[in-house]
Amino acid sequence: MVAVGTLYGRGDARRYETNPATRETDWVKWLILTAALTFFLLFLLMPLIAVFTEALRKGWLTYLTAITDPDALASVRLTLLVAAISVPVNLVFGVAAAWAIAKFEFRGKRFLTTLIDLPFSVSPVIAGLIFVLLFGAHGWFGAWLFAHDIKIIFAVPGIVLATVFVTFPFVARELIPLMEAQGREEEEAAVVLGASGFQTFWRVTLPNIKWGLLYGVILCNARAMGEFGAVSVVSGHIRGQTNTMPLHVEILYNEYNFAAAFAVASLLALLALVTLGLKTFIEWKVERGLRDTI
Amino acid sequence: MGVATFFNPTRQTRVLPGFGLALGYTLVYLSLVVLIPLSAVFLESATLSGSEFWAIVSSPRVVATYKLSFGASLLAAAINAVFGLMLAWALVRYSFPGKKLIDALVDLPFALPTAVAGIALTALYAGNGWIGSLLAPLGIKVAFTPLGVLVALVFIGVPFVVRTVQPILEDLETELEEAAASLGANRLQTFSKVLLPTLLPALLTGFALAFARAVGEYGSVIFIAGNIPMVSEITPLIIITKLEQYDYAGATAVAVVMLVFSFLMLLAINLLQAWSAKRTGRNR
Repeated sequence: MVAVGTLYGRGDARRYETNPATRETDWVKWLILTAALTFFLLFLLMPLIAVFTEALRKGWLTYLTAITDPDALASVRLTLLVAAISVPVNLVFGVAAAWAIAKFEFRGKRFLTTLIDLPFSVSPVIAGLIFVLLFGAHGWFGAWLFAHDIKIIFAVPGIVLATVFVTFPFVARELIPLMEAQGREEEEAAVVLGASGFQTFWRVTLPNIKWGLLYGVILCNARAMGEFGAVSVVSGHIRGQTNTMPLHVEILYNEYNFAAAFAVASLLALLALVTLGLKTFIEWKVERGLRDTI
Repeated sequence: MGVATFFNPTRQTRVLPGFGLALGYTLVYLSLVVLIPLSAVFLESATLSGSEFWAIVSSPRVVATYKLSFGASLLAAAINAVFGLMLAWALVRYSFPGKKLIDALVDLPFALPTAVAGIALTALYAGNGWIGSLLAPLGIKVAFTPLGVLVALVFIGVPFVVRTVQPILEDLETELEEAAASLGANRLQTFSKVLLPTLLPALLTGFALAFARAVGEYGSVIFIAGNIPMVSEITPLIIITKLEQYDYAGATAVAVVMLVFSFLMLLAINLLQAWSAKRTGRNR
């Protein structure tokens, strides 16, 4: 939708500031700006800066020692492994769910969409608890797993399961509205012209959804690498074995090893900044793409 | 009869392939990862008798955690509604340096692992921290008190209100305000009588989302809370405490209370979003 008769683009605030009907008196404007920016500073910017200053408080040497410590490196490896499993698994699910929900009409569609969002409304602690109830030593399958010498809780499989649960909706919820908005005419044309299902998806659907897909994957990955509550319940906190990076941060912090805790935390904060950077880039790409098609 | 035939009464009009496979996979995966594990909580709690269940979920220490978790979450969501609206307003309506950066950083609480946020906020608000040391002479202690819980919950709730209100504000036609102004309304009247009613559903949706998230939040809170029983202990923490004491039944009972609350919030949020879509003519 393009507003007719306006000089300025969508993201440009000047179209409000130059219009007497949509403009506040200067002191109101400054009051709102000051309040909003102070809030931003106190609650968002300062915590971010604090991570890096605390990490470097004792100098670069301490910082490097902390992040090259064998236990720290083991936690990095485990975090990467967990993300490398849970993100692709939820990616495949997200594409399948979006294909079914966005391209077809069926009963209970809205309800299914709500069910997919369910893990977002469950406390991370409960996400961990459910897997302890199922696979823990006293859980439903506990005795069977013990008899077969399979460890899920307090081991890597439990961490992966809990992470898959909390990151479950990310890709699906990006793709469903996007693919619904795009409709099915292009795919139908491809099929009528003789393309196979796979060709249709690969050549028609995928190019249309690639940015949305990437967006979902990036957010899914950030959560997978950063999840704390759910993983904390199932991990058992065994140093060098079942500690992901966020759990390693907690252990170091509780040992009053603040510089090391913040050093590992700063790596996660960098991941967050890269995530936000990529996210902004994709939003810019999509907006530019939209403008080109108008 | 396959999955496809049951779910799709208008089968013959379909051209695209893969419906049965995609939906079948979705349902199986959803059941295995989410529905069956979640039902474990309810089935496990069914091993408790009604009075046992009630004794656990109404014990004084657990009730104290509800008061803190729900009270602090409501207050945090309210703070976010006020400042989130102002932040969204500033981002849409005003030009100022660094706006793009600030816009991008609003999503920080989604991207920053909660444990990192937790230790960073603790460092800031502790007695010797940048902000804590300014508040200490005034006699205000934040870290390791219920106030610390509030600070952490405000942090994680920031993006919800901003990101639900911002797109509605961007799509708002200026004609509405021009009409109000030409009919003699002053700016405050235009805001309270024209803009606020339009923004209200989105604002409430953001509030509800922030509230729901805050109640279940764990990572960012436990570092700054101090976790003193009856004072600064949140409900998710008491589930963990009970689990660590191998009190599965107790942990599950409290989890059921939280889950029922989450489902009710989910329902409320869906209704609010439907209302918001109707009010503004937008689809989600």
